[in-house]
Amino acid sequence: MAHHEEAVVRTPVEYAYERKKRSDQMKMQVVTFALMIFLTLIAFIAVNAGFSPYYVAPIILVFAGIQVVLQLYYFMHMNEPNMGFISFFMWSGIFIAFITVLCFVTIIWWHTAW
Amino acid sequence: MDVNKEFTAQTWPDHPEQATLEGKNKFVGFWLFLACEIVLFASLFATYLALKNRGPASMGEEFTTQSLFELPLVFAMTMVLLTSSLTSVYAIYHMKNHNFKGTQTWMGITVILGAVFLALEIYEFNHYVHLGFHYTHSAFSSAFYTLVGTHGAHVLLGLCWITSLIIRNNKRGLNLYNAPKYYVAALYWHFIDVVWVFIFTVVYLMGAM
Repeated sequence: MAHHEEAVVRTPVEYAYERKKRSDQMKMQVVTFALMIFLTLIAFIAVNAGFSPYYVAPIILVFAGIQVVLQLYYFMHMNEPNMGFISFFMWSGIFIAFITVLCFVTIIWWHTAW
Repeated sequence: MDVNKEFTAQTWPDHPEQATLEGKNKFVGFWLFLACEIVLFASLFATYLALKNRGPASMGEEFTTQSLFELPLVFAMTMVLLTSSLTSVYAIYHMKNHNFKGTQTWMGITVILGAVFLALEIYEFNHYVHLGFHYTHSAFSSAFYTLVGTHGAHVLLGLCWITSLIIRNNKRGLNLYNAPKYYVAALYWHFIDVVWVFIFTVVYLMGAM
């Protein structure tokens, strides 16, 4: 093939370092997962406890936002270098999503008899 | 670079999913697709929020979010899907270490958890339909089934995709041909989880309040 071949030849030290780095990253992912489970538990408990929706709704929405950012930046590696273009795609998509939802919930009125 | 070249853990590149031009293109293209999926789901969420608990005047209060949804089932579904997201992280971790067996095993576990999630969702929908809350019952029911059903269809597609990856690469082992394939499949699976986080928050938790 036409592409120039990047032959990767690692010394044993470099190899051990790479493995260690990936293993540390994996530990970080497990911590992220624990945090996501924790946020989910708090959200379900807060709703079950029957506090006023005016307090609980914003809190669980913020929790959902945090979980999504954790998923995108840690599980999907958007925190790595050279992801600027991709972050631009994703945040543009999120911006349009926000505008769409805001528009629909504020502009549509349904008169119902019951 | 020859995509069928055999690697060892020592010679395996740091970013095998982007080591070839095809891999790079798949990577960027797939992220672009996910950004578009955000917009697709935004329109479904917006429709659902606008039509939530709305319908014909004769609809009554029997089928509202408060009376319909059962949180314990949703909690179980959430835990299963969140865990399956972590198992696909493990699969990619092993892929980067050039441990093919590990990749296959963790992808297999991801598929099993995804299938459990889908089975629970089918049970849930079946239960609602038997209560009389079917697709054409009201504006609310149509919006609900379209939103949650589109997510379920994504889960089903992801299951078929990852299962076929596991089967057809089983004898090949890891190389630069299939590394991007595993990588983007895992990205897709994470995205399914991202959407579910908003479904359980906006549809189920805010509906139950």
